[in-house]
Amino acid sequence: MKILVPVKRVVDYNVKVRVKSDGTGVDIANVKMSMNPFDEIAVEEAVRLKEAGVATEVVAVSAGVAGCQETLRTAMAIGADRGILVETDAELQPLAVAKLLKALVDKEQPRVVILGKQAIDDDANQTGQMLAALLDWPQATFASKVVIAGDRATVTREVDGGLETLEIPLPAVITTDLRLNEPRYATLPNIMKAKKKPLDTVKPADFGVDVAPRLKTLKVAEPAKRQAGVKVADVADLVAKLKNEAKVI
Amino acid sequence: MAILVIAEHDNASLKPATLNAITAAAKIGGDIHVLVAGSNCAGAAEAAAQVAGVVKVKVADAAHYADQTAENIAALVIETAKSAAYSHLIAPATTGGKNFMPRVAALLDVAQVSDIVGVEAADTFVRPIYAGNVLATVQSSDSVKVITVRTTAFEAAAAAGGSAAVENVAAAADAGNCKLVGRELTKSARPELTAAKIIVSGGRGVGNGENYHALLEPLADKLGAALGASRAAVDAGFVPNDYQVGQTGKIVAPQLYIAVGISGAIQHLAGMKDSKVIVAINKDPEAPIFQVADYGLVGDLFEVVPQLTAAV
Repeated sequence: MKILVPVKRVVDYNVKVRVKSDGTGVDIANVKMSMNPFDEIAVEEAVRLKEAGVATEVVAVSAGVAGCQETLRTAMAIGADRGILVETDAELQPLAVAKLLKALVDKEQPRVVILGKQAIDDDANQTGQMLAALLDWPQATFASKVVIAGDRATVTREVDGGLETLEIPLPAVITTDLRLNEPRYATLPNIMKAKKKPLDTVKPADFGVDVAPRLKTLKVAEPAKRQAGVKVADVADLVAKLKNEAKVI
Repeated sequence: MAILVIAEHDNASLKPATLNAITAAAKIGGDIHVLVAGSNCAGAAEAAAQVAGVVKVKVADAAHYADQTAENIAALVIETAKSAAYSHLIAPATTGGKNFMPRVAALLDVAQVSDIVGVEAADTFVRPIYAGNVLATVQSSDSVKVITVRTTAFEAAAAAGGSAAVENVAAAADAGNCKLVGRELTKSARPELTAAKIIVSGGRGVGNGENYHALLEPLADKLGAALGASRAAVDAGFVPNDYQVGQTGKIVAPQLYIAVGISGAIQHLAGMKDSKVIVAINKDPEAPIFQVADYGLVGDLFEVVPQLTAAV
């Protein structure tokens, strides 16, 4: 069984981004880029499924600028067997990415696609669900546990009220939540090995996919900053302030 | 112009998030219709008809909507959207709305605008990106706008005062491919986290699950508060996942948020920085949480919290 794992290159989660002074976008020049943390969890899950003998091949795919090759190498250092980059400098929105992924699924014929539930840059939380819809496959989003047996997956999902477990037939799309697993650190030997693994590059036009954005960003701004308040001396002081000043209790 | 709001409900009643989504629809302007898809959901449909501002409620009552699977709900929304020329399809950005709405958008070949916090015009919306550190104003060029709504950014519509017509619509075909095997829902007599006026939230500093319950529950009980947690506390197993407040957990904006033993990572701040009043209790005076707290108390939470419980 083949698993396809889409990964996104994003601004590292430790970086606090800054808005460009003209308000046209976020300044990501010379900022550390990393794999979207949820996608790292997806790669780890796919690799564990391979190690458990459930999957036979893990293919990491990405869409975006040439720099995404690094992200794919990271996925291969965790244990993906090969990588495919759909290279473009164009701005890619979730619907366009889902269409590119559908084309890759049509070509690669995986039984399962595992990807992060959301990317930590645009926080959209759309691509996996859109891909499932375009493929007319079932989906199990926000997974905290995945068990694949035969032609079915049993997926525990993190939902607002707690947990929900779904059983879905394969092929299917699964999106990962934080507690699905803890991704391993890529070791130096595995990083070296990853450099020798196959990495193909294709273009959106090869698939005839129109990636034109549907949403136009008119401006970006920083939200109003919260002012730090005061330090209170003790509990009595705190309670007095909450009662008399803030009037919230 | 008509707008379709997809209701979140438990068949008997509407979930509060639906009321926030209806307010967002009202800001866009136009006739507001509400779609209630469920199984034996007449109660929820009746509640939707009472909401101020709603002119029509469409009800699809069928067994295969009992589990609210994304495949079935999306197919129904598509059918309903075809039957009338809706300009906007709107759902709350709960785990339910986030699950089925992108499917709807993809099937209509339109973008989704996720998690809006503001309406600038019928085609222009404000949404947070980068964990809420940046607000983007985006304009949609699609004929139908598919939108999810950050509930804390919009007041709840009045649950009474409306008298909408209730109309049954045919169920879409059952995709029949997903089976709900089980649910482990957290049972609590406390208010729902996303709708609570006061939240007591614990982080890694609380130490373990026993401490969390022993220290924070009595305080929450006294204040009539909901209980929350940072990712660190959930990852460490102190409390279940649905307690998590943050970028990828729940977004909350109560009147009062009491952060106990939470350092204040940006991912946590993303989930609670719109609270009206923030109190931080932490032994580390340099903890980033103090930069957003209205009232900071530097001290040992094991001494401070019981004192606070006794004093309120």
